[in-house]
Amino acid sequence: MSGITRRQLLVGGAGVAGMGAAGALVASMVPRDDREASANSGGQSVVPFHGVHQAGITTPAQDRLYFAAFDVISDDRSELRRVLDAWTAAALQMVAGQEAGEFGAVGGPYPAPPDDTGEALGLPAAHLTITVGVGRSLFVDADGHDRFGLADRLPEALIDLPHFPTDNLDPGRSGGDLCVQACADDPQVAFHAVRNLARIGFGVVSLRWSQLGFGRTSSTSSAQVTPRNLFGFKDGTANLMAEETDELDRHVWVQPSDDPAADWLVGGSYLVARRINMHIETWDRTSLQEQENIVGRTKGSGAPMSGGDEFTPPDFAVSGRGGLPLVAEGSHLRLAHPSMNSGVRMLRRGYNFTDGSDGLGRLDAGLFFIAYVRDARTQFVPMQANMARNDLMAEYLEHTGSALFAVLPGVPEGRSYADALLG
Amino acid sequence: MTRSITALVVAPLALVALACTDNEASSEAGAVAVTSTNNECNVDAAEAPSGNLVFDVKNEGDQVTEFYLLADDGLRIVGEVENIGPGLTRQLVVTAGPGSYFTACKPGMVGDGIRAPFTVTDSGEPVGPTGEIAQLLATATTQYASYVKDQAAQLIAKTEEFAALYVAGDDDAARTLYADARTHWERIEPVAESFGDLDPRLDLREADLVDGEAWTGWHRIEKDLWPPAEGYTALTDDERVAMADMLVADTQELVDRVQDLSFTADQLGNGAKELLDEVATGKVTGEEEIWSHTDLWDFQANVDGARIAFEVLEPALRTKDDALADLLTTRFAELQTLLDQYRDGDGFVLYTDLTADQVKELSDAVNALSEPLSQLTAAVVL
Repeated sequence: MSGITRRQLLVGGAGVAGMGAAGALVASMVPRDDREASANSGGQSVVPFHGVHQAGITTPAQDRLYFAAFDVISDDRSELRRVLDAWTAAALQMVAGQEAGEFGAVGGPYPAPPDDTGEALGLPAAHLTITVGVGRSLFVDADGHDRFGLADRLPEALIDLPHFPTDNLDPGRSGGDLCVQACADDPQVAFHAVRNLARIGFGVVSLRWSQLGFGRTSSTSSAQVTPRNLFGFKDGTANLMAEETDELDRHVWVQPSDDPAADWLVGGSYLVARRINMHIETWDRTSLQEQENIVGRTKGSGAPMSGGDEFTPPDFAVSGRGGLPLVAEGSHLRLAHPSMNSGVRMLRRGYNFTDGSDGLGRLDAGLFFIAYVRDARTQFVPMQANMARNDLMAEYLEHTGSALFAVLPGVPEGRSYADALLG
Repeated sequence: MTRSITALVVAPLALVALACTDNEASSEAGAVAVTSTNNECNVDAAEAPSGNLVFDVKNEGDQVTEFYLLADDGLRIVGEVENIGPGLTRQLVVTAGPGSYFTACKPGMVGDGIRAPFTVTDSGEPVGPTGEIAQLLATATTQYASYVKDQAAQLIAKTEEFAALYVAGDDDAARTLYADARTHWERIEPVAESFGDLDPRLDLREADLVDGEAWTGWHRIEKDLWPPAEGYTALTDDERVAMADMLVADTQELVDRVQDLSFTADQLGNGAKELLDEVATGKVTGEEEIWSHTDLWDFQANVDGARIAFEVLEPALRTKDDALADLLTTRFAELQTLLDQYRDGDGFVLYTDLTADQVKELSDAVNALSEPLSQLTAAVVL
């Protein structure tokens, strides 16, 4: 029995006369639409996939985000590997602006569903990056049971984030065994990436929650201008930038000395995701003076209230009339500043979001906060605990989703997302 | 262990390179280019080595065309591609052993077509068991036709019983039989739905009604048997009789029509997929049986029907793609195990008794099965 499958038939497996002929057969059958080649931008909008670190962290923040968290519904470790391998192959194709799968969206056999879903046909690579992480629940379940023989590889720093004041977390928007951060210049390209990965994963992983971000709120390169959040303020002026390589090693990338049990994570990072609803209607009723006082920066130029321009370091000692500091005690700028947080910094990579309206005549909108850190226990938890309690901005914020993921190290050529994690 | 996925990753990229190169070349090695015009059928090669043959058929005429590869008797169809609109290119992939054949274009889809002899030379490679598969598929479609007739027969018997109970006002007994009787409908739903006039008369949901449209069939009676607490006017005895008579008559019409139905393998494969689509969009969401909440009966019946279609196709599938057959067997079993958890007596718990987590788990199992099931048709017909 020859056992020819459709794949083998088209790719040239058993039963086909010679690999040379088979290769030619496929070549003629699969006129792959290399979107990059057909776009005017040439190869300039492709972000390299391979490297020591995953792309999508220090990559200059793209304008659009589609973020997805998955649960693994299989208890078979080999199935998990299979999906991560297939994700790697598809991610390689998609970040290069190509269609996913062997035959793409329109090159496959007529009676079969297309490999690629097709909505990105004709679009450039759009600087698509696909960044994959793993949650604590992948290693141990709620009862502490080892799910995939990975419990001894659980990084110590991959904690369950504690409850913070003003948290109103929806379990349906929190946690997850795996995460995929897809960022691109075009929301359709980012959506396409998540959709195709979800499809590849059916039966092994199941979408837990997802979030579309329509505009970046951070710069991750000094070449980018600082964007504005939905309060109308420039945000993340003092963000960690791609150019600060020493600082990235110190604050973002997991180092060999960090955790002997998790040396597999060296070169990786931790991703804190927080869906922060912003009460923008009440904010909009707040005077400009109050708004600037809360933020600690001017709304127009983004300069600290202590003076200068956007990039002038804030001077927390400068006082005005009545001896009150110009950068208010409870201002967001002061509380988030490294000098108030034992010198720790984060690489912020958040996005503005909206998910329609809330049924009460208000927009369901806010900041999908993403921060990359080397250890959330020292870089995020103390800061968030302090800010939730003391930040003047807190009354306008409600945290509705939360997750912490260990972001896998970069994938070397010929390897898979699975290799570092599963060994 | 560090496993390399070079093959997996590099292969598609290599293909891209090949594709680009070859697209620029004047001819496409491996595939036979066919140009169909209003009065010509230009096949750019008169022969090809045995094994898997690919024809790229371009319609340069202004009528819809078809392309056939016929056996040397000029009658038996080895492979065909239909419905090629003007300007479009379609592909025919076919497995053929050494021998004499005919190619034929059929512009306008009439007549014997414009024929030419075509030779398949001996490549020395073994060719797939085309004869055996054809036989296996023929058996499959015959078995499936019998299944459809059997289910239709059970459907009419239980529908008559149900209608009599409903007319007699024995509502408890009618409610008990409702989901059981509908099981036979749901098992062959894609077949029933292929009758565009009967399906809406028998199975339309209230939410699918157009303003002013008469509502009849199973779900109309469902609402009368499980009426909403407020704002509902029960059907009168006369209305009940009319509704029940129509249900029986339309069902009998369905039974009559399926007696002469024959099926093709792709209809079986696609029917199985459509049954799971029904589960995904109507049953796992609790929208099908909005008054009785007996969605899990329908769920099970849809899965039954899909599994039968898969099982009759399985011998043919095994000759082509053992791994897919194994995967489908596993995924059907996993879904069944999950469904069995909700059995209650002869039936199931109500949809409204399921927690959100349980619905999610069922939905995941449906997705897990549906994705490989969508590959079934191509796997058996190509």
